[in-house]
Amino acid sequence: MNESVESLRQSDAMAVERVLAGDRDAYRTLVERHSRNVHRLAYRLTGNSHDTEDVVQEAFLRAYQKLGQFEARSNFGTWVYRIAANYAIDRMRQRQKEDTRRELPDTHGQDGSEQDPVALVRDPAPSPERLMQSTQLRRQMQRALQELSDAERTAFVMRHWEGCGIEDIAAVLKSNPSATKNTVFRAVQKLRRALEPFLDARAQTKVMGSEV
Amino acid sequence: MKHPTEEQLMAYREGETQHREEISAHLKECGECRNELERIEAVLKALEEFPVPDPGENYERQVWQRLAPKLPEKRARWWQMWLEPRRLATAGALLAVVVAAFIAGRFSKPGGPAPVAATQEQVRERILVVAVGEHLGKSEMVLVELSNAEAQDGKQKRVNIGAEQRRAGDLLEENRLYRQTALQQGDTGLASVLDELERVLVDVAHSPENVTPAQLESIQKRIESAESCSRCAWSARNCNKGRTK
Repeated sequence: MNESVESLRQSDAMAVERVLAGDRDAYRTLVERHSRNVHRLAYRLTGNSHDTEDVVQEAFLRAYQKLGQFEARSNFGTWVYRIAANYAIDRMRQRQKEDTRRELPDTHGQDGSEQDPVALVRDPAPSPERLMQSTQLRRQMQRALQELSDAERTAFVMRHWEGCGIEDIAAVLKSNPSATKNTVFRAVQKLRRALEPFLDARAQTKVMGSEV
Repeated sequence: MKHPTEEQLMAYREGETQHREEISAHLKECGECRNELERIEAVLKALEEFPVPDPGENYERQVWQRLAPKLPEKRARWWQMWLEPRRLATAGALLAVVVAAFIAGRFSKPGGPAPVAATQEQVRERILVVAVGEHLGKSEMVLVELSNAEAQDGKQKRVNIGAEQRRAGDLLEENRLYRQTALQQGDTGLASVLDELERVLVDVAHSPENVTPAQLESIQKRIESAESCSRCAWSARNCNKGRTK
């Protein structure tokens, strides 16, 4: 194992011990060290900043409350990840119940600027045509990701974006490794079906552009 | 081999070992499957570009500031308090006192004839010191064994201290008796040492049977560092006693 990763884990383990001995401020080290990663995971799972912040806060709060039950103290990062993913799934389900009529940001302009990640990315010197296609592709990605089931989305995000192990994902999904692999496969398959036409169109434009 | 399925190609891309060599050989031969794999790759690569907004430079601090007021004060469980550094220093100091007292007790054992001029009070005190010396000796052994306990192998997550706990429980009763006697004799110094020891014994007797190796290691280090200081404290007590008698 990488030495710096190992020393971080040991430092995490010491911080956990200190928190358990009553030193609440020791938790700050853990929060500051892992909050950015938890933020990224939460955003990828929920797709919007408001729910992301809620997931980040709740994940660290729950981790603090359950710290006494945490056995593998050298891997706090993976543990808080699981808690965040679990809560994000609950949150997404709750959202769906609360607002079944919610539309995608690209069809209705409300909240679009905050929720649409397209606006957050700069494409270096894009041509108008490329910009349009790139915008379409990203919107299509968002749509495709939202159309996945909660389990598929979680499995895909954790596996392909966050590089989590199948065992960790299975624990979050309360499933077994074999079924989890299947879920990851289904997710990629669905994303492929949804995105390939756009990728083909982009590739076509590139080819045509290079021929001019 | 036949053309691999989409699932097999994705598993191949993920590094799965099943049918790996066959698929690899097939891909060298089959342009159609190479193309299929490239298309899967292209989708995943495109998805990697899906943006996550940068939460800002001070994000970590902001998360903590929002979170901190919501965190309840975590009252350390009482047995964790005992494992907490300051308490460990006390336990370490006590252990050293126990060692010194034990030695003192042994030296005071009636071996030769008692001095003729010894008063009844001095005899009673000597008997108490001998008995307490024995008691402290036994306590010392429990604490030393506890501080020498270690995981049987590196992978063991908890160390069982059940045997030490049971003995600490037995010593508790004795300790209460000696503490009361010391008070009756007016030896507040000894009573105070026994009082502190009683707290440690209570804590040990009621701690969980299994503690982590890290917690044990921590105890051992604290005991070691506190030992020399408390030896001095015990000597000072004896010197003061000598001067007042």
